[in-house]
Amino acid sequence: MAITIKDVEHVAKLARLEFEENEILAFTEKLDAIVGYVEMLNAVDVENVDPTYHVLQVKNRFREDEIQPSLERDAVLTNAPDRRGGCFRVPRVVE
Amino acid sequence: MSEMKFNTLVGLEIHAELATASKMFCGCTTTYGGDVNTHCCPICLGLPGTLPVVNKRAIEFAIQTGLAFNAKIAKKSKMDRKNYFYPDLVKAFQISQYDMPLCEHGHVDIDTASGKKRIGIQRIHIEEDTGKSLHAEDGSSLLDYNRCGVPLIEIVTLPDISSAEEAGAFLELLKSTLEYIEVSDCKMEQGSLRCDVNVNVVSEDGSVKSNITEIKNLNSFKAAMKAIEFETKRHIELLERGENTLKETRRWDDAKNETFHMRTKEFVQDYRYFPEPDIVDFEIDADWIERLELELPELPEARKLRFISAYGIPDYDAGVLTSTRQMADYFETLAVRVGDGKLTSNWIMTELMRRLKDEGLELDALRFTVEQFAELIAMVKDGTLNQNAAKKVFRRLFEEGGEPKAIVEAEGLVQTSDTGLIKETVDSVLGANPQSVEDYKNGKDRAFGFLVGQVMKASKGKANPQVVNELLAEALKNL
Amino acid sequence: MKNKMYEWTLHEARKALREGKVTSVELTEAIFERIEAVEPKIDAFITLLKEEALDSARAADAAFARGEDLGDLHGVPIAIKDNMCTTGIPTTCASKMLENFRPPYDGTVVAKLKAAGAVIVGKTNLDEFAMGSSTENSAFKVTRNPWNTEYVPGGSSGGSAASVSAGAAYASLGSDTGGSIRQPASLCGLVGLKPTYGLVSRYGLVAFASSLDQIGPFTKDVEDCAIMMNAIAGYDIKDGTSIQQEKPDYKAALIDDVKGLRIGLPKEFFGEGIAQEVKDAVHAAAKIYETLGATVEEVSIPNAGYALPIYYIIASSECSSNLARFDGVRYGFRAPEFEDFNDLFAKTRTQGFGEEVKRRIMLGTYALSSGYYDAYYNKAMKVRTLLKQDFDRAFESVDVLLTPTSPTIAFKIGEKTDNPLEMYMSDICTVPINIAGVPAMSLPCGFSEGLPIGMQLIGKHFDEKTILRAAYAYEQHTGYAQQRPSL
Repeated sequence: MAITIKDVEHVAKLARLEFEENEILAFTEKLDAIVGYVEMLNAVDVENVDPTYHVLQVKNRFREDEIQPSLERDAVLTNAPDRRGGCFRVPRVVE
Repeated sequence: MSEMKFNTLVGLEIHAELATASKMFCGCTTTYGGDVNTHCCPICLGLPGTLPVVNKRAIEFAIQTGLAFNAKIAKKSKMDRKNYFYPDLVKAFQISQYDMPLCEHGHVDIDTASGKKRIGIQRIHIEEDTGKSLHAEDGSSLLDYNRCGVPLIEIVTLPDISSAEEAGAFLELLKSTLEYIEVSDCKMEQGSLRCDVNVNVVSEDGSVKSNITEIKNLNSFKAAMKAIEFETKRHIELLERGENTLKETRRWDDAKNETFHMRTKEFVQDYRYFPEPDIVDFEIDADWIERLELELPELPEARKLRFISAYGIPDYDAGVLTSTRQMADYFETLAVRVGDGKLTSNWIMTELMRRLKDEGLELDALRFTVEQFAELIAMVKDGTLNQNAAKKVFRRLFEEGGEPKAIVEAEGLVQTSDTGLIKETVDSVLGANPQSVEDYKNGKDRAFGFLVGQVMKASKGKANPQVVNELLAEALKNL
Repeated sequence: MKNKMYEWTLHEARKALREGKVTSVELTEAIFERIEAVEPKIDAFITLLKEEALDSARAADAAFARGEDLGDLHGVPIAIKDNMCTTGIPTTCASKMLENFRPPYDGTVVAKLKAAGAVIVGKTNLDEFAMGSSTENSAFKVTRNPWNTEYVPGGSSGGSAASVSAGAAYASLGSDTGGSIRQPASLCGLVGLKPTYGLVSRYGLVAFASSLDQIGPFTKDVEDCAIMMNAIAGYDIKDGTSIQQEKPDYKAALIDDVKGLRIGLPKEFFGEGIAQEVKDAVHAAAKIYETLGATVEEVSIPNAGYALPIYYIIASSECSSNLARFDGVRYGFRAPEFEDFNDLFAKTRTQGFGEEVKRRIMLGTYALSSGYYDAYYNKAMKVRTLLKQDFDRAFESVDVLLTPTSPTIAFKIGEKTDNPLEMYMSDICTVPINIAGVPAMSLPCGFSEGLPIGMQLIGKHFDEKTILRAAYAYEQHTGYAQQRPSL
């Protein structure tokens, strides 16, 4: 299965990344090589095998419903690139 | 085509904020309305390096919601990441549930004009809420993350709802049930209850159907009902013209009473769901479910039926009294104290609820206690007060509070049943109103009422009306 | 007895402090003198914290004067990889994206070190967001191997390794997702341990691949490793994947006795991708174990060959999600020009991330995307089960596995940067361990062309004690731990 420039453009949109005209071909080729490599997994028979999403055999890790102190607002905003009125500021959010 | 009959299919997607003290994955408070960005911590801000830890109470609330809606509780469940980019989504993924929700295949029975109807609930799952964006005057948006991370349950119905009325009935029952089990405070105006609607129409013979429209921005049950009616009409009109609706999301505009296009659903979001690696799986055993079930209070329908049989009140009254858990609890406490369900019901429904509605107040705003109210009603029951006097006392209690017995004494409202005294008054009234006596003897029954009124007036409202009636009738007979 | 303080091991430094032979301030000043001397040659640090370190050292000395002793790290200079959050101090992950990010909180392990009285000297360089095997992917600088500065120190924790190897810290913390502690330890001649998944809290570690990441120590010898593990291991309520169990004293495992220890050599780790001198060194180590009374046998991890593709799918998928939060809204780099918020995200991420990071995000996004999830992500998770079962089966007949750590000794700076796939091959012996969640340590077992060779000891889940014992015994009977670069 070959990765095309169109595939890369679609995935880039999902990942909110942009590639210049002059770099997208090289990038596609490198990505294609990697995908080609990982496709060796196609050969493995996994019938009746469950996936391992967690290596730990732990279940039901919870915390009690207790209030802990929040951060001071200054600490919340301390790294904000742009702020106003105690909030983070961004271009207009439209649905 | 214009004579074709259409059936409406409505499915609802409801999000309710859970009434936990702290957020889903961190200890920040869930209190509504704090100063912006003061209920945040590194975890609910999604700062690099932070990790989510599940609030046990949120899971329990979700399970209890499932039990209340007759759903199957999953033995195994997990959290999943739903990935998308948005300024109010701090991690660029929402921790939600995808293919193994906590509850599935439930139902509620709503009352319709033609009897009970079962509405299927496809699933109930748990997820975290996002932040809020506020519009600034300069065209930018300001982000407040206080709400980010508050636990939500999402309830998805099957498209079993067939009309705006049914949708309204369903939403009312849903709200009251959630309040009953104290899982959510369901305040739509505060955003702790949100509803999206999916609607389309199908011709009766099944040959023609419209594309489903998703409607958002519904801020009240009424808006949801109006939107359903509007969309039903819009869908039918298009189909009758040989056209169809787009697969789209529309926004309800409450001021204009119509829906507007928001975005097309042709571009389907790829959320790239995968199991949340930072949260291990849930195993829910029968013991845990049983404990949670025992914790559940009596649900609205069951409570209503019990009120009818235990207190001898009619169906309608029982329905009104059980419409909220608060009111049902209040009625029951009061009725037990008074020892008379019917009387208590009357007082609550005619006096209390009317005043509360007029003033726009809730039960917790009352200036008098249940004990004091019970005392008042008891005085009516034992004949100490007549209805008018009691209403006077009630008015004082409602407006200022106080002790019923003290008010009665201060205003001299004790009703008198002293037959001797009343007979004197009756005789003097009869003597002063010969024309009315004449009218009554000539068959004018209205004259009786007038004479009763005169006796009451003369006794300054203190005479026991029953006794007055008896004595007056007797006196007239002898004339 | 070594002349220079910076040449001491951690436990030697601590002993000197306890005996009053030296103060923490003197120790810290000596370390910073060493840092000033070697940094121009190795460039191991992104941020140096001289003032803060001297403050901590002064506090330690005052505590000692009051007769207090917070433990084996009290007053000792330590370095921390710059992907672990330190309050108020830049935590950059070697990325333009977080160049000025100052966390408002300490990671759990950082807090533990502070509570133990450690003196934090600085934040070390890494491959950007821990993605790489040479530290050449850092957005700020290339760290050099103290054994030969033309060569890479390994990655992604290259700065942490180089700093300890060069004597610029007594120990350091790194993180390991596919070998990022063990491989640099191997290339720099150090002891580097990746603990069992769940043993050390990840709270505060900027996540790369959530189901694979672990924090672990770089030290000069095995005793120091045990000391560090005592300080950092343990249940953390803030990490939902952290294990709750009784905490052992890792120093108690330092026993020079491997009689009857069953060592397995998995044949798949000695194939043609491994350099001959590396294989020879590991086999020589096996022989030494036999003379010490251990038994050595060949075992098999049949699915080991699939480890790299499993790793790259899982790690990329998880990182594509973990790095999505970097959007320029709340912290970090924000592109100077953009049209709307989607453009803000795209420009910020495109300008803020380096090429390798973008490559992995793209690979991961692809592997999770609609239509591909079952073929890639879910498939990888299933083959993961098979690989984990291979390890469980192997451990039925042996107590530890012995393999090379890195297929080669250090390579030259710039040698593999053009070919990502070739770079990925550096992880061939280390990634299976992260996939199975088992613990593994790299320790020095030889030299070639003046560059260290490392061997890897792999243990059962939560059996760090057996690894420590096997490593300690080997160390007691060989001299590699004492060798230091002549920088």
